[in-house]
Amino acid sequence: MEDHKKFKQQVRAIYRLMVVLFGLFAVAAISVLYLLSNPSLFEKSKPEAEYVAVVEEDDYDKIENGIHVRTGLIEAEGLMAVVNNCTNCHSAKLVTQNRMNKERWISTIRWMQETQNLWDLGNNEDMIVDYLVTNYPPSNKGRREVLKDIEWYELKD
Amino acid sequence: MKRRNFVKKAVLGTMTTVIGAEIVFGNVLPEGYQPLALQDPDPFKMFDKDKEMVVLNDKPWNIEAKAHLLDDKITPNKFMFIRNNGIIPEDIDIGKWTLTIDGESAKQTKTYTLEELKSKFSQHTYQLTLECGGNGRSEFDPPAKGNQWTIGAVSCATWTGVRLRDILEDVGIKSDAVYIGYHAADVHLSRDPKKEPISRGAPLPKVMQDETLVAFKMNGKDIPLAHGYPLRLVAGGWPASVSGKWINRISVRNIVHDGTKMTGTAYRVPCNPVAPGEKVKDEDMCIIESMPVKSLITYPKTGATIQQGKKLNIRGHAWAGELEVSKMEYSIDFGSTWKECAIEKPANRLAWQHFTANVDFPKKGYYEVWARATDARGISQPMLLPGWNPKGYLNNASHRIAIKVA
Repeated sequence: MEDHKKFKQQVRAIYRLMVVLFGLFAVAAISVLYLLSNPSLFEKSKPEAEYVAVVEEDDYDKIENGIHVRTGLIEAEGLMAVVNNCTNCHSAKLVTQNRMNKERWISTIRWMQETQNLWDLGNNEDMIVDYLVTNYPPSNKGRREVLKDIEWYELKD
Repeated sequence: MKRRNFVKKAVLGTMTTVIGAEIVFGNVLPEGYQPLALQDPDPFKMFDKDKEMVVLNDKPWNIEAKAHLLDDKITPNKFMFIRNNGIIPEDIDIGKWTLTIDGESAKQTKTYTLEELKSKFSQHTYQLTLECGGNGRSEFDPPAKGNQWTIGAVSCATWTGVRLRDILEDVGIKSDAVYIGYHAADVHLSRDPKKEPISRGAPLPKVMQDETLVAFKMNGKDIPLAHGYPLRLVAGGWPASVSGKWINRISVRNIVHDGTKMTGTAYRVPCNPVAPGEKVKDEDMCIIESMPVKSLITYPKTGATIQQGKKLNIRGHAWAGELEVSKMEYSIDFGSTWKECAIEKPANRLAWQHFTANVDFPKKGYYEVWARATDARGISQPMLLPGWNPKGYLNNASHRIAIKVA
């Protein structure tokens, strides 16, 4: 009987120890997981509140009327390769206001690689050049164009 | 993010320029707090530009005017084009700002604070025409690479500063000096600190002119941030890229300055004329110096409809780089006939000149008024595009506006 009681007590003690150990383990595991997902937890929070543009994820790469809203680039095959490789240093406006043939788009890329720290575009280069030539090709303007987009108004004086 | 930081930091010094009012408790603003007015990325507010100005590029900032916005005799900031090659300097402390003169052809290296520049040398004020070398690029065929300026990358503001000549004489330059090159505080687009966005200059004869200033005021106030605050080289009549902004160093060179955008094809045109689209080797490209003769009709705005029998008053400005404009004409029949019109003398050398005319239309219908200036050497603006060049510089073709007589 005595032995039986003693045995029961021992089992209970071991059980409590196990619970405590398991609890500690669980806390440790959760902490580790949290730290992995948020490594800056113990870094001193910066007093300088950097201004961060809040972007709604859904709308970030929104296309409207065939135009990638964030950059103004035409939606077509290769769009995201252009966005990701060509708008880091300069604005997409520098792309959309220019018109070049294949040879000159390529030579522009080479110039940026040689002098402006543009990286090797690797497999993306063909896609990017095709996108540019297809969507931003030169048009013939001749030696002088007719006046376009005139907004007529009545001149009073 | 960085841009906002720069605005905040640079502006606490020059808050007035940006917001148009003093921030009364600016000195006790909590660190990291950006005044509401500066959180707005709107370039028109940030640079105090008119809403009708056209943004060609926002990284780097390139903004141009339209012809009718340039009607003022002296261009106010709100209508002045911005042509930036890099990122506007982010930490401007005018108390610590200095200008260093160095280079192989300087007799010594000497550094001046802003206060020293202002007190040591006599100050001069001139109206100076600054036109981007690529103004008009959008019209070239085949198209040229770069910002597609139409007609609005030109201005004539009042600049106040000290003569670069006086500074160089104080430092002393060697007899082999041929060129100067400026260095500035703007940052390369790639943020590579080893790269300069632009470092151009001018040959000694241009440098030694009375009107070549190291300026600290535009239109009587501190130079606006986007136009070179606190110190800008101003060399009127030459491509505006010679007029370096945010300058902190000028090197006196015994060779043609070889800084960024001095070499290769930048701000150069073929030494000999080429066919449209022709390939030109770098060594056959020559540096642009004086800008060509040009004019703009700034009133009325294109698209005006007037009643038959009424005369139309037109006005505008004309300029000719290093030269004066000696004759101004207009045509309402696509150049079949030209009528001479009144043109004022420039306020000073290198300032644009103002013309007016009173135009009569023979009958109802659609017209274009074309303007043509002629410089002191008898050279006029072409009606068609001038010589094609790979980078699309120097388009000085006649400006025209559309008019309907009803």
